Amino acid sequence: MAYKIKASDCTACGACEAECPNIAISFKKGTYVIDPAKCTECEGHFKSPQCAAVCPADCCVPA
Amino acid sequence: MGNVIALDGILGLGELKTAVDAPQSAASGCSSSSCGSSDGPADMAPDVWEKVKNHPCYSEEAHHYFARMHVAVAPACNIQCNYCNRKYDCSNESRPGVVSEKLTPDQALRKVLAVAQEIPQLSVIGIAGPGDSLAAGGKNSFATFEALAKHAPDLKLCISTNGLALPDHVERLKNYNVDHVTITINMVDPEVGERIYPWIFYDHRRWTGRDAAKILHERQMLGLEMLTSAGILAKINSVMIPGINDEHLKDVNKAVKSRGAFLHNIMPLISDPAHGTHFGLTGQRGPTAQELKLLQDECEGGAKLMRHCRQCRADAVGLLGEDRGAEFTTEKIEALELKFDDSVRREYREHVESERAERHRSKAAAQAEVQEVVGDDVAPILIAVATKGGERINEHFGHAKEFQIYEVGVHGAKFVGHRRVEEYCEGGEGNDDALDVVLAAINDCAAVFVAKIGGCPKKSLEAAGIEPVDRFAFEYIEESALTYFKDYAERLAQGTATSRSGHDAVIRPAMRA
Ligand code: SF4
Ligand code: SF4
Ligand code: SF4
Repeated sequence: MAYKIKASDCTACGACEAECPNIAISFKKGTYVIDPAKCTECEGHFKSPQCAAVCPADCCVPA
Repeated sequence: MGNVIALDGILGLGELKTAVDAPQSAASGCSSSSCGSSDGPADMAPDVWEKVKNHPCYSEEAHHYFARMHVAVAPACNIQCNYCNRKYDCSNESRPGVVSEKLTPDQALRKVLAVAQEIPQLSVIGIAGPGDSLAAGGKNSFATFEALAKHAPDLKLCISTNGLALPDHVERLKNYNVDHVTITINMVDPEVGERIYPWIFYDHRRWTGRDAAKILHERQMLGLEMLTSAGILAKINSVMIPGINDEHLKDVNKAVKSRGAFLHNIMPLISDPAHGTHFGLTGQRGPTAQELKLLQDECEGGAKLMRHCRQCRADAVGLLGEDRGAEFTTEKIEALELKFDDSVRREYREHVESERAERHRSKAAAQAEVQEVVGDDVAPILIAVATKGGERINEHFGHAKEFQIYEVGVHGAKFVGHRRVEEYCEGGEGNDDALDVVLAAINDCAAVFVAKIGGCPKKSLEAAGIEPVDRFAFEYIEESALTYFKDYAERLAQGTATSRSGHDAVIRPAMRA
């Protein structure tokens, strides 16, 4: 259970990084990536995955 | 003084007079219809005037003398606007199609210090994106402000936001001494709002439709009220979208005025399918120059209007329409040795201050003269001006990247906007396509004031009914415009001049090669 970022659509704005309750998102080599080991799909924190809700490019999707 | 004049020479502002000992009261002798942020203390509390007089975005007068700089440290956003494509810069100030260089707060500090060394007119540092400056907790924006407050405390700080996160940050803005905030407010009715904003991210979820617009509206109003009570000046930007919020912006003007907004800036939607925005793709058009001016005129009397906004890029650097941002690349700045000396900036500011009273007196005198000799029945005319700043006609027609538009009539000369064009002269060659662009952009003007102009464009302008005027080269704009208007009224009476009412002009987006 984890989300991933479609790198080709990512604008590297960093909005998702600021919202993630698990610090699962970081900037690597020109794009943002989700560490699947840390991502919980926000369960226990919020009703919906925060990265997907904030992403302007709709590129945070279930892995 | 010698030093100051030399400095002025570098700036290319033409020769400046030394200050005359004008009585202080002259500065407040404002009788002009343009009596607004441009005219100083007459209608403004002294503490407010202190805040705006050197701020190019808050005072029309200051925008001739002072430069602003944007640092693009805030790429994240928390809403989606239909006039924005997130591959590009923020829609907040409506500049689609441009991509700014994103900086870390540390790079931003270096860039500001580097620019301040080169451009002594620099007085304001703003954060306007490229996303929303307060999204993602405003982390980068506040880190940047903290560094600037420490290393360049003489520079004013300001920030632009869509307002959604604003109520959470007013306290902090106050603590960092941010005394200017711009909020983009396009509606005060969620029914209008849902046609502009498809969604927002708020309180850990995505909201759509009318709910989204309602929350955004409430947050914007709350944020504005909080700024007002905190004593922070608020400027409101509105994007005019024909058929969606054009009429509605009159209500916006009233709503923001009643909540203490200092300035209202109505900007044209700039829309093009190539930008890939929702409005661009659905064929939503932007307003024409006359539509924009009409709405601005109708809002006059409500919240004070600002007409000189350039819808700058999130990394813009410079004076007036000038953008020297491209000169200050990250590599160049990284390599630079930084100084923290602010003496040149201070000297420049003192110089401008010493001239201010005399400038106000001279404009008022020119205006009084026109009022005396020209009858009330003569309708005002528009004049396009080629200038590099300093309130003077000091730019060559072929080198102008934009023209300042002044409306001049019996009640005085007032700045009403600017029109971007392409440079007609590139590498010394006149370019006919570019000339057509200029003609379309100033088609509603009776005359164009320039420092110099070549024979060919002169003929084309005359053929189009726009009089090219170079006899006021290097003179002050407003005084020259009033003198011209006096002659024009005489010629009109003799039947040797005709009115240009009914002509419209084209608004163009900003470009950087
Ligand atoms: S789904 Fe939630 S936990 Fe996973 S990366 Fe996105 S914000 Fe973080
Ligand atoms: S919010 Fe979306 S576009 Fe922005 S960095 Fe994250 S994945 Fe990329
Ligand atoms: S976008 Fe408008 S308000 Fe911002 S710096 Fe440019 S002119 Fe000033």
